[in-house]
Amino acid sequence: MKRRPDYLAHGVLGLGAALFALPVWVAFAGATETAGAINRGDLSLLPRLAGLRSFIDVLGYGASADAGVTIGHMLLVSFAMALVIALGKIAISALSAFAIAFFRFPFRMIAFWAILLTLMLPVEVRIIPTYAVMSQFHLINSFTGLTMPLIASATATLLFRQVFLAVPDELVEAARLDGAGPMRFFLDMLLPVSAPNLAALFVILFVYGWNQYLWPLLAVTNGRLNPIVLGIVRMITTDQITPWNLVMAGTIWAILPPVAVVLLMQRWFVRGLTEADK
Amino acid sequence: MARLDLRGLAKSFAATTVLHGIDLALADGEMVVIVGASGCGKSTLLRLVAGLESPTAGRVLLDGTDITDTDPSRRDIAMVFQNYALYPHMTVFGNMEYGLKLRGLPRAEIARRVDEAAALLGLGPLLDRRPRQLSGGQRQRVAMGRAIVREPKLFLFDEPLSNLDARLRVQVRADIRRLQRRLGVTSLYVTHDQTEAMTLADRLVVMHEGRVAQIATPVEVFDRPADTYVAGFIGDPAMNFCPAVLARGGTMAALAAGAQIPLAGGRHAAPDGTRILIGIRPQHAERAAAPTGLAVTIELIEPLGSETLLHGKLADDTEFALRITGPPGPLGDGMTLPVHLPPEQLHVFDAASGLRLDPTPPGAGVGSGSGQD
Repeated sequence: MKRRPDYLAHGVLGLGAALFALPVWVAFAGATETAGAINRGDLSLLPRLAGLRSFIDVLGYGASADAGVTIGHMLLVSFAMALVIALGKIAISALSAFAIAFFRFPFRMIAFWAILLTLMLPVEVRIIPTYAVMSQFHLINSFTGLTMPLIASATATLLFRQVFLAVPDELVEAARLDGAGPMRFFLDMLLPVSAPNLAALFVILFVYGWNQYLWPLLAVTNGRLNPIVLGIVRMITTDQITPWNLVMAGTIWAILPPVAVVLLMQRWFVRGLTEADK
Repeated sequence: MARLDLRGLAKSFAATTVLHGIDLALADGEMVVIVGASGCGKSTLLRLVAGLESPTAGRVLLDGTDITDTDPSRRDIAMVFQNYALYPHMTVFGNMEYGLKLRGLPRAEIARRVDEAAALLGLGPLLDRRPRQLSGGQRQRVAMGRAIVREPKLFLFDEPLSNLDARLRVQVRADIRRLQRRLGVTSLYVTHDQTEAMTLADRLVVMHEGRVAQIATPVEVFDRPADTYVAGFIGDPAMNFCPAVLARGGTMAALAAGAQIPLAGGRHAAPDGTRILIGIRPQHAERAAAPTGLAVTIELIEPLGSETLLHGKLADDTEFALRITGPPGPLGDGMTLPVHLPPEQLHVFDAASGLRLDPTPPGAGVGSGSGQD
C-alpha cells in the first residue's frame, strides 16, 4: 500500500528548512561578491564563481594587522578551545557524577546541591569574580585562563548522574565480583555503557565552547588567543571600509567545524544508541 | 573442593532485621537451595556470602578460612545474577574473559578456559555476539559461562531462571543440575520457585521471615515438614490444614469438622485436648465410597486433564482441596463428597507454635516418623 505524499507536511518542512538555510546561503553568496558591491547594497543570491577565492583569501586575512593574527589561526584557536572545553567538561562532570551516583561519602548531597546550584551561575553572571580570580592566578592571556573557567559544568554532571543511576546494580556487582576496582569499573563499564550520551553531550558542549564570546573577550587581550567569533567581530570596523565579502567567508568558515562535529557525531551516537543495551 | 560454613549470620538494615542468625554448612560439591517467599531474606543471605553486603553479626567460612571481611573479588566465588548482568558493550567472549583478564591470567590460559566453558555450554558459535543479540536462554548460558571460567570454589545462583519462559526454565534447570554435578562445585542457589528448589537441591533450606524453618533433603521436607509454614509452602497444590484437638491419649484427633480420626505411629506426647492442626496434601486425601463422618462441599472444580482438583469446605468452614485422578465426571458445584484421610498421610502440628508433633512409637526410639515412609 503506497500512501499519497503529505504535501502540506512537506511544504511546512521545506519552509522551515529554507528559513534556517537562507541566512547561511546569503552569507555564502555574499562572500563571492566584491566588498564594494556589498557596501552599495548589491547583494545577489547567485554566487559569483570568480569570487570563490575569498574563502581562501580570508584565511590569511589579518596578517598585516597589529597582532599579525590571521583568521586561519583564529579558527585553530577556536577549535582547540572548543575541544578542550568539551572534553574537559565531560571528564570533570563524568567523574563527579560517578562519585555522586556510586559512592556514599559525608556531605554527598551537599556536594550534589552545590553543583546543581552552579546551574544558576553561568559565566556571564559570575564574570567579574571569575576575572578577578584568573587575573590573580596570572592566567589572563593564557590558554588555561581561556578554557578553565568554562569547564565546570552542572548540566553535564546532572545528565551523567541520571545516566549512571540507570545502570543496573547487578552490573556493578558483577564487575565487583570480577575484580574491577572503582576506576576500572568507570573506564571499562560506565563510559562504554554511556557512550551514546557521551557523544550527544560532546556535540552540545563543543558547540557551546565554539560559540563562547564574552569570556574570551575579557580573558584575552593579546590577539594570539582570539577565537574566530571575536575575530569576525573585529573585522567589522567603523574607521575603514569593511571587507564584507571576507567577513561573510569567515562566517562560513566559522560555521563549518560545529556542523562537521554534529554530522560526524550524529552518525556515531545513533550507532551507539542501536548497539547499546542496558 | 570446598566447604561453606555460615555461623550465626545476621543482617539488619537500620531498624529492620532481615536475617536472625543463620547457621548453615555446605558439604563439598553439595547443591543447597534456599527457598522462601519474597522478603524472607534469602537474597540477602546470598549477598552476604558473595560479600556484596557485610553482615551485622556472624562469620562466613570457606574451606575453613574466614572470608567475612574479604573483598568479593578475592573470595573465589562466582555468582549468576537474576538479570544475568552481562556487560552490554562486550562480546560473549569479552564477558567471559573480563574477570580473568583483571586477575592477570596469561592469554593462553584465558583462551583455554573460555573455550572449554563455551564448549560445555554450547556457546562456541556465539562468542562474537553481543548480549543484545542473544535470546534469554543464551544470555543465561553466558552468565553461567562467566561463572564457570573463574573455576571458583563456590557458585552462587540468585534466581537465575526467573527471567526465562516456563518451557525453557525446565530445560535450563536440568542443564544447571547436570553441569553442577559434572563440575562438582559447591553451590548455593536461591529461588522462590518450589519446583526449582525440589528438583535442584541436594538439601533444601526453607526460610521464613529471616529464619531457617527447615534444612533437609527435598523428600524429607516434603514428607516431614518441620512446621505449618514449610508444610504450606512446599507442595502444590498447598496442604490442607484442619483444626482439631488431640484425643484418646494422643492417638486420635477430634476434628473441628466433626469426625474423630486415628493418627498413625502411636502416642503423641502432648496432653489430650491440645489444639492441633491436621495437615494433609490434596493428593493424599481420598474420596470415600461410603460416608466417613467427614465431607467436603465442592465449590470449584479444576480439571487438569489426567486429574481433577476439587476445592471446597468442610463442615466447620475449613477450606479443603482434594485431588482425584481422572476427569470430574458427574461431580458438580455444591455437591457433598465424603472423604477419607489415611492416617499414615497425616501431618500433625501444634496449633499454637505451628511446630510438627511426632508420635513416640511404643517401645521404639524417638522420631521414627508419623508421616509416610
